[in-house]
Order: sequence, then structure tokens, then C-alpha cells
Amino acid sequence: MSLLEVTDLRVSFPTADGVVQAVRGVSFSVERGRTLGIVGESGSGKTVLTQSLLGLTPGGQISGSAMFDGVNLVGLGSRAMQRIRGKEIAVIFQDPLTSLHPLYKVGWQITEMIRSHDKSISKAKAIERAVELLGHVGIPRPRERVNDYPHQFSGGMRQRAMIAMAISLSPKLIIADEPTTALDATVQAQILDLLLRLQKESDTALLMITHDLGVVADIADNVMVMYAGRAAEKATKRDIFYQPHHPYTKGLLESIPHSSASGDRLKPITGQPPSLITLPSGCAFHPRCAYVMDRCLSEQPNLTPVGDAGEHRSACFLPAAAIGLSDDAEAQRRHTVELGRSGAAVKVAEAIAAAPESEGSVIA
Amino acid sequence: MTDSLTGPAPSGFPSDTDLSDDVLVRVDNLVKHFPVKGNGMLGRTVSQVQAVDGVSLTVRRGKTLGLVGETGCGKSTLARCIAGLIPVTSGKVYFEGQDITNLKRGTMRPFRREIQMIFQDPYGALNPRRRVGSIIGDPFAVHNTATGAERKRAVQDLMARVGLNPEHYNRFPAEFSGGQRQRIGVARALALRPKLIICDEPVSALDVSIQAQVLNLLADLQDDFGLSYLFIAHDLEVVRHVSDSVTVMYLGRVAESGPGDQVYDHPRHPYSAALLSAAPAADPDAAAARQRIILTGDVPSPINPPPGCRFHPRCPKAQDLCGTAEPALEAKAGDPATHLTACHFPVETGEILARADRREQR
Amino acid sequence: MSVTELQFQAAAVGDAPVAAIQGRSQWQLTWRRLRSDKVAIASVGVIILMIAFALAAPLIAAITGHPVDQAYPTTGQNSFGNPVGPGVHGFLLGTDQIGRDLLVRIAYGARISLFVGLLTTALATIAGVTLGLVAGYFGGVVDAILARFFDAALAFPFIILALALASVFRPSLTIVIGVISFFSWAGISRIVRGQTLSLKEKEYIEAAKSLGAGPMRIMFIDILPNLLGPVLVLATLYIPTAVTFEATLSFLGIGIPEPAPSWGNILSEAQQFYQVAWWYIVFPALALLITTLAFNLLGDGIRDAIDPRTERIFAGSKATRKRGRRKRGQLSLDQAILVGQQDGQVTDLPITNAGGDVTS
Repeated sequence: MSLLEVTDLRVSFPTADGVVQAVRGVSFSVERGRTLGIVGESGSGKTVLTQSLLGLTPGGQISGSAMFDGVNLVGLGSRAMQRIRGKEIAVIFQDPLTSLHPLYKVGWQITEMIRSHDKSISKAKAIERAVELLGHVGIPRPRERVNDYPHQFSGGMRQRAMIAMAISLSPKLIIADEPTTALDATVQAQILDLLLRLQKESDTALLMITHDLGVVADIADNVMVMYAGRAAEKATKRDIFYQPHHPYTKGLLESIPHSSASGDRLKPITGQPPSLITLPSGCAFHPRCAYVMDRCLSEQPNLTPVGDAGEHRSACFLPAAAIGLSDDAEAQRRHTVELGRSGAAVKVAEAIAAAPESEGSVIA
Repeated sequence: MTDSLTGPAPSGFPSDTDLSDDVLVRVDNLVKHFPVKGNGMLGRTVSQVQAVDGVSLTVRRGKTLGLVGETGCGKSTLARCIAGLIPVTSGKVYFEGQDITNLKRGTMRPFRREIQMIFQDPYGALNPRRRVGSIIGDPFAVHNTATGAERKRAVQDLMARVGLNPEHYNRFPAEFSGGQRQRIGVARALALRPKLIICDEPVSALDVSIQAQVLNLLADLQDDFGLSYLFIAHDLEVVRHVSDSVTVMYLGRVAESGPGDQVYDHPRHPYSAALLSAAPAADPDAAAARQRIILTGDVPSPINPPPGCRFHPRCPKAQDLCGTAEPALEAKAGDPATHLTACHFPVETGEILARADRREQR
Repeated sequence: MSVTELQFQAAAVGDAPVAAIQGRSQWQLTWRRLRSDKVAIASVGVIILMIAFALAAPLIAAITGHPVDQAYPTTGQNSFGNPVGPGVHGFLLGTDQIGRDLLVRIAYGARISLFVGLLTTALATIAGVTLGLVAGYFGGVVDAILARFFDAALAFPFIILALALASVFRPSLTIVIGVISFFSWAGISRIVRGQTLSLKEKEYIEAAKSLGAGPMRIMFIDILPNLLGPVLVLATLYIPTAVTFEATLSFLGIGIPEPAPSWGNILSEAQQFYQVAWWYIVFPALALLITTLAFNLLGDGIRDAIDPRTERIFAGSKATRKRGRRKRGQLSLDQAILVGQQDGQVTDLPITNAGGDVTS
């Protein structure tokens, strides 16, 4: 049984300009001791998705279900949610300088966290635990540093302190929202290693949200690629990287500079992510898709199994066998597209071909 | 502007590479210290932040020099010193052979047309209260080179060049996406046809799929206009892709420099090696197989850099000598003359530095 | 509504859809928010009415048939020689101590008050912004000297200066305008200086410098447009201060000289008569109150329209009250969500990096 089972989650925000559909029907599951990487760019909805799980989206209208250990997080009352937050599910944010309170000592913040969930623990014991935690996450001289303020830590150390706070109550699930984006590469490697070590020790499930495919390639077991509020593709890590099916996933992988091809032109994806208020019809990716077909403009593809193993799913009308980066697969795609593109899609394809490097018109 | 056309030969550089015609910018032993003042308005200087502590490099005409390093290495400070935005404590900057170090605003003005900058933050680099046409037209206004209709035409031409719709001349930056704003910054930098563009992390704040667009744009402009780039970034793959030569900085000093492929394929400085091994790769097999060199601790503060080789407290190969004597930047045995390393015990070919072993495969 | 916008915008920092949600210039957004603020719109209405009232003073005099300086000892005073009340003998708001039509005098007084209020604010704003810009931008010695000026101007006891001037020269409109302007610009300067100090660190200022732009250009073309928002709020909130200032001076007898009516000197006269003529005090005071209140509310409205984020920063606002008080020491999740910056917002969250980090 999965630790977290999310089914058809939808989150929208009514704003003065219209309804922003941030998340449009996403389902996924996270197992104990495993890592799910959610990859997406701006406007993919990945951050709103996790925030809504924890009730951190006031003003948002949420529907669907998110079963965490038998409890539905969607619509959970604030008291019950407060009990879960921190103790069962912990969050690590991107910038610890804004998510740690700048005016309270780090040690104090940890002890408050511990004691707010269990009043019976004495202050002294809580401080001991805080020191222990800081040491556990690799902060040198924890007994001294427990009395420091967040700004007295360097970026990497701050993130470690944040992680210490997150694991202080031994949560079952850790949600990490771009935890290493603001860090240097060498520090990022340390933090990722720390997270994995902690995961192994306590069998914690890890939900890692990032835009960095390198991070995902490093520590994820399963990957979900999000685009415009929906899941574009879900698979194991190796399948996503070596057998991508969805043109967006494929486009992302191809647009990253590779060591082997230095000096050549990169292959970007035309256009830019869509507005979540006025989404394109049918498949949200179609205005940028090299394989756009007629039905892509009118129908929205659902996640269907592709490839061999049942776990690999992709929300695309291209044939299930057309996966990966081989010539064969490409030929299959081309063939399907030829058959399926005779009407409206022709114009879209022409527009893409005419300005492959541009970002399209201004959004407003 | 007191020196001769070529200036005195700097230390640590083979003489034939800097006197050639195609050197656009030469930085010679640049030092930039920021004083840390004590209490009160008239406080004495308590200590110095040694942001840049003796850096020499060259940028060749039409080529790209990539500058990599982590927080605290001084690369941004260095870029701003070269651009003349902050005064230099000591050392020299030569542009086309002329000394442009610490020039007064008036004398520096003509050089400002030749040296431009693109900034990292697409949301901060453009004045939100000004229209895009006015922002891109700024260089023309400041240097009085085009007015009225002529300026408008030039601006719209630039917008088209960088892939923006010229009809959006009157829009505000808030109406553009991150990638488009970065293009606006590029258009602004390009207006006066500079020779050198210093790119300070130009794509770091952009989405992955947009990064490729902007990188291609920069490459195209380099070809079309014969531009030279000083490209600062922390993403090593991006740097490798754009750079002809690379300089790795650590704590205000150059750790290693040379042709891009050389440095990437055969890093000789343990820091470069660690950096390269830490860079995330979008390839699970490579990531798993990679021998990651995990460095202990964080980068020390530039106020109190370690004695001797600045990297020695974190270096897996450090020995006594490293804590006392500063290594010179020179070509090591077996390396081409252009590949320079500042290390007493450089990484040998085939040597494996990985200390901490990775966790097991799943 | 604005909170939601913010939440999403904040969560989507760097997002393309942010532009979709905004899609308009900062001023358009501000205007839209202002339009939906009923209190602000009402205030604008009141201000417009008051201005109309002031402009129509001669008309009112003509309609009632009572010129502003004309005393009516017979119809305008009762048998004890006291003023008559509202509605008596055609004096809509009653009369003053020598039988002049109070309504007409209040109308003419409105002219003075509004004229002085608006003019002095304009002068103070121009001077204040210029000096604040210069002090903030150049820093160093220039700033040190100018800052001392600001402090001096703010600390000076203005009443005493006004008294001194009034005793040397006769009280007049010019002195009033001079004194009020002189003491108003310093407050604006201080704030503009503060804003300039933070604005000049922005990257686009660095970009302008790298283009070779000089200080004048940077100050007036790059920095000033970003100051307009706060300055507008400041100025709007200063007007009632100026109006009250003038009223105070006139009340003390060192402002607008008799017989020209000013709400201040009417009130001054009215002191002795309040027991027998309540209208003598109430109506001018009401006029003063309505005017200052309207400008204050409008200023608040503009401030909220420009920067809705101030709602979240100060505890006790509606938003935090609804959610209940946060427990001490709990992670400030709000701060985590409020990541990033809003374009054009000059009031940034003051999170300082005190670790001596060198930006590189």
C-alpha cells in the first residue's frame, strides 16, 4: 500500500483576471523508502501541487483526494492538518533564509517544533535532541551552533538545519521543494547525499520537486513530468531518461547541453509554457509540439500505458510503441503524424517550423 | 591610459599568447578588496573581504571565456571590475591594449560602448517602470548616437534580431516572460555593437527549455557580430557548451584555466575535479557511475582565507606544503602551454580522488 | 482576491503565467484595485465635492445674496448681538459674530485651505523628492550634510518660527505657504532618501551605469519613476497635514489675516461663542474634518492599491486574524510562500544577509 496516494487532484485559484487552473487532475503515489521526483518548469503546477497537499494554498479550490496513511489530506481540518504537518509530513523549501524564521535561534525553532507536537517533552530534552539532529545532518560543532541565528549559517549549512528541523519528528514523508536550487553544485551533492542517507536510515518516503533533471537523475526512483498542471509522463527514472515517450519529455532532454555535443546548436522547445488561465485547447502542449496532430487540438490525452512495463504512462496520442530516442521510434512518430495531420494541426506545425527558436508572442 | 599599446608582460602567462593581435581583454593580477568597517560612521577598517586576490586572464576576440566557480569565488566581482562598475584595488585591466583600470567616468565613456553586460536576474535587470523600447534605446540616448524615429527603428531592429516582436515596443517588462526579458537585456547590450559582452549567469534563472533558446541566440549573435563573451555561470554543462576556454576560480584566485575541452576532460586541480564530479548530469547511468568527490565543509569566508593554497583545508590531496606555500599558476608536465593549474600536487591522469563512496545502487 | 493573486504569484516566481495574470502595467493594476476600493472612491467623491464647493464660493455668495465680507448686524444677529442660527433669515448655516454669512465664509475658507494644502504639498514634494534623491543616490558626504538638514528642518519648532515671522512681517498668505512648505519637505525627503538607497542597489541601476549613464539620468529617468508610487501616497497624506497646519496657524492668529476667512481663524473667533452659537464651531470644524479625513482615506486607499503586500506584513490585518494567531516559533510558512519580489514594488521585505556574504 502506498504511503501517499493522490487521485485526480485539482487546484484552481479565482483571481481578478480569471480562474487560474494550477493543477488539472494529477494522480500519483509515493511508497515508503522510495523517492518520487516531480519535474516541471514554470507554470507546471508542481509547487502548487505539493502546497495544496499540506493546506498551504488559502484561496485555492481543491478537489480530488490525497490519501496519506488512510487520511484524506484534501479538505482536512486545520487542526488535524497541523498535527500532520511536521510530524507525519515534513517540508523542505528552496530558500532556508525565508523559510527559517530570521529572528529566532535555529535551536529554538527546532525545539519549538518538537515541543509543539508533544508537550510532555521537557525543554532540556528537546535541546538535546536538537543538538543531536544538527550533528546528524553534518553540521560541525552542533552544541555551539544550536544557538546561532539562520543568517549566521552559510547556504549549505542552513539547508542542513532546515533538514534537521524536517526530520526532527521522524516524519514518514518528506516533501522537498527545490531544496538545492539555490546551492552550489558541490554543496548540492552533499545535501542530496544527506537526504538519501536519511531516507535509508528511516525508510522515509521522499517527494522531490525540481526543475533540474540532473537532480532527478541522481536520486529519484520514479519520475513524474508535469506540464501545464497535468502529468505529461510517469515512469521509472531509467525509462524517463532513456525511453521518453511524451514529446515534452523528449524535448526537455534534447534541449540540455550535453558534453558530447559541445559547440553545436542546442535543440530548444519552441514557444513558452502556456498561461494557466487561458490554456490551449486539447493538449496543452500542442502549440509547441513537433508531432502535433489534428486530434491534439480538440482532445486532451489521458495517461495511457506505453512501452513494456505497466508503470510507464504518457499523456500523448502517439503510439505506445514509439518510445525512446532511436531512429525506429522517430520513424513511427513521423508516420503517425503524417496520417494524423491534415487539418488544423497543419497551421500549428507551420508556425512552429517558421520560428523554431522564438518564444512566441507576448503572453498578455 | 598611460601604458603602451601592449602593456607590460604579466606574470604567469606565456609571453606569446598575450601580445598577439586577437587579445581583446587582458586582466593582469587584479585585486579587489572590500573593507569591513568597524562600528560607527567613521569606523576604522577592521578587515578586508578579499573578493578577488590576484587574477589574470585573457579574452580573445570573437571567443568565449567561461568563468566558473562557486559562491564566494569572486567571479561576479571580477566581472564588475572588468566592466568598470566597481573600482579596482590593484592590478590592471587592458582593453585592446589600452589601460582602462579605474578610469574617470568621462574617459571611460567611449569604452562603455565596447564593453556591455547582461545580468542574471531577468526580473531585476530591467526597470519595471520603463517601457521596453525606452530601455533598449537607453544606450542610444546615453551616447547620443540616434534620436527620434531613427532610434525607434534601431530599437525595433534589435528587438527583431533577438526574437522579440517589434510591435511590443511600448510594453512594460512585466508583460514579458523571463526568457523574453533576458532577450530584452541582450538587445540592450547589443545596441551599440560592443566588442565584449560580459554575461553574468544569463540563463541561470530561466527554464530549461528556454535556456536553450537564449544560448542559441547568444551563439548566433556571436557569429553575426564577432562578439567576445566573458561567460559566467555555475552550470558546468552550459559553460562547457558555450566556452572556448575556461577559467575555474576558487576564493578569489584562479585554480585552473585553459581550453574548455582540456579542463573538462583532464582537470588537474583537485577543486576542478571535485566541481566536475559534483555537477549533476541528466543521465542516470552516468550519475550512478560517477565517482563523486565529496568535499567536506563549505567554502570558507573570503575575509579570512586559509594561508598557502586556499583550497588546502578541503583538498583530498593536501599536504604540509599546501598550507604554507601558495602554488603558482603554471602549465604542469604533460599539459599544453595554455592549460594552467595552480596546485602543488595536481591530479594525475587516471587518479581517482573520490573519498566518500556512493550509496549502493537500487 | 489580492491575497490569492499574491499567493499564486509568489509560488510561481519566475513563471511565464505571472505575466498572464498581470498582463498590464503597474499603474493599470493599481487603478483597478483602487476602483474596487469603495472607501477610496467615496473619498474621491468627497474631495471633488469639496473642491467644487470651494470653486463655487462666489456663486454661493451670489445665490444667497450675502457677500463674504458683508456683515448683517440686523438680520444676522439676534437681540443680544449674538449670531443667528442655521436657517434663520436666509443664513443657511447661521452667521458669525458680526453677522456675516457662515456658509459663504466657509466656502471661501475652503478655497484658502485647499489652495494652501495643495500648493504647499506640491512645493514640498518637488523639493523633498529632489533633495531626497540627491542625498540617497550620492551618499557619503553629500548625504551626511543633507541628512543633517532634514533633521534640522524636522526638529525645528515651527510654531515659534511662524510666530517670529508673523511679528516681523505681518501675517500673510505668502508666509503661511512659506512656513508650511519649509517644514513639510523634510519628511518627504527622508522617505525618498530611504527608498533611493534601496533602489540604487537594483540591478537595472547597475545596468544603466554599465551603459555609461550619468547620475542625473539615473536619478531622474531610472529611479524617479519607481518612487512615484510611494511619493503619491505620501503627498496625498500630506495634504491634510498641510490643511491642518494652515488652520492651526490661522487659529493662532499668525496665518491668514482678517478679514479673509480661513477655517482656522473662523474657529478662533468661534471659541468665545460656542455656548450661544454651536454652529459657529461645528460647521467649520466639520468642514476641516471631512476634508482631512477624505484625503487620509484616499491616501490609505492608494497605498493599499499600490502595494497590497503590506496587508500581510503587519500582524493584526484581516488575513492573519482570520487564520488565528500563529504559534510562536512555528515555521513562518507565510514567509516561505511569500518568496520572490513583486515587480515595481519598492517596499521590499527587509531580509538582510548579515553573514558578510560577498556577492560573487
